[in-house]
Amino acid sequence: MKVTLQNLTKKYPGRGKGPKTEVIAANDLNFEIPDGKLIGLLGPSGCGKSTTLNLLSGLQTPTSGRIFFGDEDVTDLPPQERGVGLVFQNYALYPHLTVRQNILFPLQNLKGAARLSKEVMEEKALEAARLVQIDGLMERKPAELSGGQQQRVAIARALVKMPRILLLDEPLSNLDARLRLQTREEIRRIQRETKITTVFVTHDQEEAMSISDQIVVMKDGVIQQIGRPQEVYDEPINLFVAKFLGTPPINVFMGRVKNQRLYIGDADVLEAPGVADQPVWAAVRPEGFILEKDGPLACALTGVEVMGRDITVVATHPDCENTAIRAIISAENQVDAGAHTVRFALKPHKVFLFDRDAGARLL
Amino acid sequence: MTKRNNKETARKTVVYALLGLWALMVLFPFYWMVLTSVKSYSAYNAEYVPKLFTLSPTLQNYADAFTQVPLADYFVNTLIFTLATTAIMLVVTVLAAFAFSRLDFPGKDLAFTGFLALMMIPTELVIITNFVTVTDLNLRNSFWGLILPSVTSVFYIYLLKENFAQIPDELYYAAKVDGCSDFRYLTRVMIPICRPTIVTITILKVIECWNSYVWPRLITDDEDYFLVSNGIQTIRESGFGRENIPAMMAAVVVISLPLIVLFLIFRNKIMEGVSRGGTKG
Amino acid sequence: MEKKSLKGWLYLLPALLFLGVFMVYPLVDVFIYSFEEGYNSASQTFFGTGIYNYRYVLRDPYFLQALKNTFILVVITVPLSTGLALLISVGLSSIRKLRNLFQTVFFLPYVTNTLAVGLVFMILFKQTPYTDGLANLILGLFGAGPIDFIGGPYWAKMFVLCFYTVWVVMPFKILVLTSALASVDETYYNAARVDGASRWRIFSRITLPMISPTLFYLIITGFIGAFKAYSDAVALFGTDLNASEMNTIVGYIYDMLYGNSGGYPSYASAAAIVLFAIVLTITVINLLVSRKHVHY
Repeated sequence: MKVTLQNLTKKYPGRGKGPKTEVIAANDLNFEIPDGKLIGLLGPSGCGKSTTLNLLSGLQTPTSGRIFFGDEDVTDLPPQERGVGLVFQNYALYPHLTVRQNILFPLQNLKGAARLSKEVMEEKALEAARLVQIDGLMERKPAELSGGQQQRVAIARALVKMPRILLLDEPLSNLDARLRLQTREEIRRIQRETKITTVFVTHDQEEAMSISDQIVVMKDGVIQQIGRPQEVYDEPINLFVAKFLGTPPINVFMGRVKNQRLYIGDADVLEAPGVADQPVWAAVRPEGFILEKDGPLACALTGVEVMGRDITVVATHPDCENTAIRAIISAENQVDAGAHTVRFALKPHKVFLFDRDAGARLL
Repeated sequence: MTKRNNKETARKTVVYALLGLWALMVLFPFYWMVLTSVKSYSAYNAEYVPKLFTLSPTLQNYADAFTQVPLADYFVNTLIFTLATTAIMLVVTVLAAFAFSRLDFPGKDLAFTGFLALMMIPTELVIITNFVTVTDLNLRNSFWGLILPSVTSVFYIYLLKENFAQIPDELYYAAKVDGCSDFRYLTRVMIPICRPTIVTITILKVIECWNSYVWPRLITDDEDYFLVSNGIQTIRESGFGRENIPAMMAAVVVISLPLIVLFLIFRNKIMEGVSRGGTKG
Repeated sequence: MEKKSLKGWLYLLPALLFLGVFMVYPLVDVFIYSFEEGYNSASQTFFGTGIYNYRYVLRDPYFLQALKNTFILVVITVPLSTGLALLISVGLSSIRKLRNLFQTVFFLPYVTNTLAVGLVFMILFKQTPYTDGLANLILGLFGAGPIDFIGGPYWAKMFVLCFYTVWVVMPFKILVLTSALASVDETYYNAARVDGASRWRIFSRITLPMISPTLFYLIITGFIGAFKAYSDAVALFGTDLNASEMNTIVGYIYDMLYGNSGGYPSYASAAAIVLFAIVLTITVINLLVSRKHVHY
């Protein structure tokens, strides 16, 4: 099912009186989710990603704009008529019902012609449980399950009625680190098997990058960038997106462009073709540094972290916004941890230039 | 869409109608009480079909209620009884809750279990012996006889103990390091921190005392020691020399007013306190 | 250590004194009284021990009347008030406007003097030579009555007693149920809406099970409270409840103790223990049932 958002806007009345205090949680969102894809809605807390999810599910109604599932306008439909499956952040499993009863619940709500026979319901519930591999726990109560198992039950409950789209609200945030890794692969697998168009919300960029077909980066209710994860990572549209994606985070320097050359401090570090003379933000991915004896960028060395395949060089520079520069280089390099300074050259395609005021991409 | 809205409006209307109806049920007796209290004696008795309003309100009934029956005395008695009982209860409760929550002594767990068990004992079971005890002590028709058996409330000790126990131990150790005595710690740290709970149990006890009927009825037959509940019963049965309903209603208004005022001031405190474990009676 | 332990008991001493004298001792004593035959409160002597007091009480027509009245009152008012309170609380939880006002109004009966407001109910329902009373006026609109609800037929009196009892116990139930409803996590409702559950299904499958512990708590306390009914009856029918056939078990106990028929603490004790046994049995049954039906 293709999902289309058209000029979708959600405003909340503010605490005070008048239009100035109102909060715009979603501002004129326009995008299209292709059929059968897994989309990650990504952004810091308060960016409007949860609001967007609630608008999709129908739990909230937009102030203006339309939502289409396929060709059908669902904007005015209540949640139960939209055919969506929703997995809540805290799972919202009914504590007094067993796993089986929880999964059966949405089916038992069907009325009229859509109503299934008891046997078919049981069959479908079991099928959904098998899909998430909890068919051995059907008679347990939610309180008797681990966090990961509860998560699976929640997904099974959302999937059992074969929703047109599946929505996941921060699906991994309540799991510990090890389970998180495992569960996200699981979500990917289930999505691939069912081919249901899936939207999930997260504030963890690594999570979004690792499993999404596409990511949508949001900030202050506005979509910043949409694209395949690698695309967005390689070609961030503005400073916010560049900073938000990637671990360790991108290193941001105060720089200056003069005569199509980029200067950091007094050092001429790189060419900047087509960029007019102006102060800029120069952002360098951790893997964009090349260790070079007489590289143009000199930094004060604070430490070296050897991590098997890679070495992280930790350094400082007076013009760098980050408290510490982190450069990842191959372990084949030799770094003298006792040295005071370390010198780098930069890989041109790993360096982005942004406008100093608006943060828009220049190069 | 409009169909859905219509259904929603219909549902809302039913809900408000239901709530409005019960509000009327609740408020009507109060309205009737006030209305009757300002009708004159002759006007009231002339109404074979009671009127829902009056055009000539009078305060004569209130004057009668205070002059023809000792309503003021009942009032003062109740006030003395309520204040004294509540004050003693507070001291006893605070000390006991402190002992249970902060101090360590042998037999503490056993004592606390005993306390909890006492919570389940109904008053009806112990009131008989108390009646005999107070009679034997020659305390019938005295304030002490009224007050002493009414003091203890195991539930309040439990409530306050739970609240005291939430205060972090670090505060106690810090106070100890600063050379603070246990008693000073209780009065300077614990009581101020737990003030909301203490206010709550105070209000609940005041309500309980103000409305108490059974014990005062058993233990007093001298009108000089009657509380308002017993007073109103006496007024009803032998009151104004004749059945003077308007004056009786005036007395009822006067008796009800203090608690209603208290309620309107401490609305949230009272409702929170009651939902944490008060029951009527 | 010695000093410390002394101190703990010292703080506890006032509470122990009060509880010892007015709760623990009487608790033991009431059993003793109930087995002392022919106790005379003036001379403080008795003839012998045995179960005569119980036999007397259980055969006393006044006690049987009180027992019957109390049971009828319990059976009618507990389900009625709990159901009505549930209905009102659910309504209250579904609205925003005027909610606080309604809550305040609904709570008012809790803070009023049962005896005093009972008088108002009495005059509303009483039929006198001068007036039929407001209740009969309303009955008249439907072509019925007039009935003397206070001094007339048994069921009319029982109706008023139940009516007033429900009026008195509603505030507590509404308050407790409203806060129970408010404490149900909203995401359950959102989840159920997304799952397509109808309003009724949400209520019966989610709301009710979630508040079932509170509901059972209310039913248990409701039973206990209704079995101890007394002052409501006094407020409506006066202190001589035996004469008006409206006595309750607690009323019987007090009458045995004091008043015109008083002076028999042994009978009172036996009656009190019978009451306690009934309440205990009902509570245990309640708990067993609730263990079966309260789901978590």
